[in-house]
Amino acid sequence: MDLATLLPFIVNVVVGGLVLGFVYAIIALGYTMVYGVLQLINFAHSEVFVTGAVVGFEVFRVLAPNPMNGYLKLLIALVAAMVVSGLLNVLIERLAYRPLRNAPRLVPLITAIGVSLILQDVLRVIEGFQGRFDLTYTLPEGFSGKFCSAESSCVALGNALRTVGIDLQLKDVILIVVGLVSLAVLNYLVGRTRLGKAIRAVAQDRVTAGLMGIDANRMISATFLIGGALGGISGVLFGIKFGTVNAYSGFDPGIIAFTAAVLGGIGSIPGAVLGGLVLGVIQNLIGVTNIFGGLLGIANLEAIDASYQRIGAFIVLVLILIFKPTGLLGKSNVEKV
Amino acid sequence: MKKTALSLSILATLALGSASAQTVVKIATLSPLSGGQSDLGTQIRNGAQLAVNEYKPQFKKLGMDLQLVAYDDQADPATGTAQARKIAADRSILAVVGTLNSGVAIPSSQALAPSHVAMVSPANTANQVTDRGLSNMNRIVARDDAQGPAGANFITQNLKAKKVYILNDKTAYGEGLAKEVEKALKAKGVQVITNEGTEEKSDFSSIIAKIKLQRPDAIYFGGIYNQVGVFIKQLREAGITAPVVGGDGLDSAELATIAGKGANNIYFTTVAAPIEALPAARTFATNFQKTFKDQAQGFGAFGYDAAKVVLQGILNAAKANGNKVPSREQVEQAIRKGNFTGLLSGNVSFNSVGDRKAATLYVMNVDNGKYKLATSIPVKPARQ
Repeated sequence: MDLATLLPFIVNVVVGGLVLGFVYAIIALGYTMVYGVLQLINFAHSEVFVTGAVVGFEVFRVLAPNPMNGYLKLLIALVAAMVVSGLLNVLIERLAYRPLRNAPRLVPLITAIGVSLILQDVLRVIEGFQGRFDLTYTLPEGFSGKFCSAESSCVALGNALRTVGIDLQLKDVILIVVGLVSLAVLNYLVGRTRLGKAIRAVAQDRVTAGLMGIDANRMISATFLIGGALGGISGVLFGIKFGTVNAYSGFDPGIIAFTAAVLGGIGSIPGAVLGGLVLGVIQNLIGVTNIFGGLLGIANLEAIDASYQRIGAFIVLVLILIFKPTGLLGKSNVEKV
Repeated sequence: MKKTALSLSILATLALGSASAQTVVKIATLSPLSGGQSDLGTQIRNGAQLAVNEYKPQFKKLGMDLQLVAYDDQADPATGTAQARKIAADRSILAVVGTLNSGVAIPSSQALAPSHVAMVSPANTANQVTDRGLSNMNRIVARDDAQGPAGANFITQNLKAKKVYILNDKTAYGEGLAKEVEKALKAKGVQVITNEGTEEKSDFSSIIAKIKLQRPDAIYFGGIYNQVGVFIKQLREAGITAPVVGGDGLDSAELATIAGKGANNIYFTTVAAPIEALPAARTFATNFQKTFKDQAQGFGAFGYDAAKVVLQGILNAAKANGNKVPSREQVEQAIRKGNFTGLLSGNVSFNSVGDRKAATLYVMNVDNGKYKLATSIPVKPARQ
């Protein structure tokens, strides 16, 4: 195999990893937002995310016979998932975390795991009543086609991308666009609005913010609402990307997104995105390592196949924690006395 | 005085009874009749019942009243074993048709072994079922270790593939199957690109990128339908149309649902033949429908065949015994050594451990979400 065939392959793997990374990044944002404000790792976030995926599935299923525009269906699915997941996250905070706000840190962590297990089975029961377990997304026509296919007007762009090895599907592009838009909106919300300012104030010092007239509880609820809505978006994107989801699908991407948040520096919004993208690319590259082993005749590399994808991501995490414990973009907390 | 009279009259009735009525001879079925798998278990019972109805006249000529007793194992090893003990205690039961689950067959046949109650299974595939070499355990379906070579055969002969990409799900089932396929393919000189394990349930992008680069003629996936279904969906979306082959782990209607539009050019090997795959089964299917008001399925036909093996074995043993009711040991030997013809699934004879000497594996094809029989492959156990 020569370079001319290998290069597009590598490009394709990296681009695929970036697309995957976007899904992780948006899930990771949900972890990082909550951590930033409460210093709480919301382990129920993976189920909030699956709830979004289930809502998306239901919307697509109900709207499938409807001849409406595919993008409109997508928008409805996204909004519905944002609302349901956002409210669910607020509810979880109100019922499971707020009563424990002043308890030792381990307590809300355990509650979070409990909530996560409860939600899994609730989702299972809800879908199980209708005789479903593996939910298969019925996407609008064309969503699973190639980006810039022969019928569309942007063939030249599609061909140009294909020559360098980037073979995107339309849904990959949708995923990237939705991801970028939500990131931009989030950035604006947190950085430029009064709400964002208040959230940041509560994150910095809850008591002092309260003295300045900020209702900390309301800001925390708002944080959970935003985090949950992001979970909802990522759930729908996950469903679109992989096609199926079930009540227990949240665990794997949840744990990787959490890793991404830590890798980027937990609490940092750009860090979460960077962490997600890095992990996506690393995973995909490790998944294809054995190809190079075969080409270069190195038996040890040949043994590293797709089953090592996850391990690779966690090795990177361990290295980061050893050499830069605050994560890639995290700032160390210097307490001034 | 009174007591003696009473016991005398009881003795007299008993003696009269046995003189006038025929001797009762029973066979039993052991299969799940309640719970999630009762649908399949009931098929086995009903199939056996049809065979018993058919053989009743022949037994009557020998002065025997043939009956079937159905036992429910609930697809549970403990329940199955308890039922097996009950069967062993009923001396009029000469042999058993069952079970559906290998996990139930293994302890139940163990429980039946000391009393030499022969068992003929219409469904068990685990190697261990016969590998223990019990004298009473037989089966008329192919073994699990026949699936790998059969899949490899199909890939080389029917798909004419020269280059195969093998995947497995890293479980004992999937990894074992994939290893068998790899071995058989290599023996036939087919290029095996890799035998790759993955526990991934949703993201197959890096594997698909590799498949795209290597362009295999066929892909073998040793795994279960829910994982393989997602893989196939993503594979087809990436524009790869190569056939995907698997074992009976893919034998589920869910596979086509999960794979969605990608549910085409998929093949899997299985022991449970669809009724239309058995050439002689048409009259059987009509009889079944008439008697039980229910559609006959593969396990119904295999239950029927297993019962015929059992009944024919009892008749053979009776003949050797001077047309008298044979003992359980005699039946056990007659079944193991017998040569049974005219069954729905062909002729049956067993090797020394009770595996069918020439069994059949069926290759099903999924195309546009529809399941149909692609071909059937004759398989032989390693021991003859």
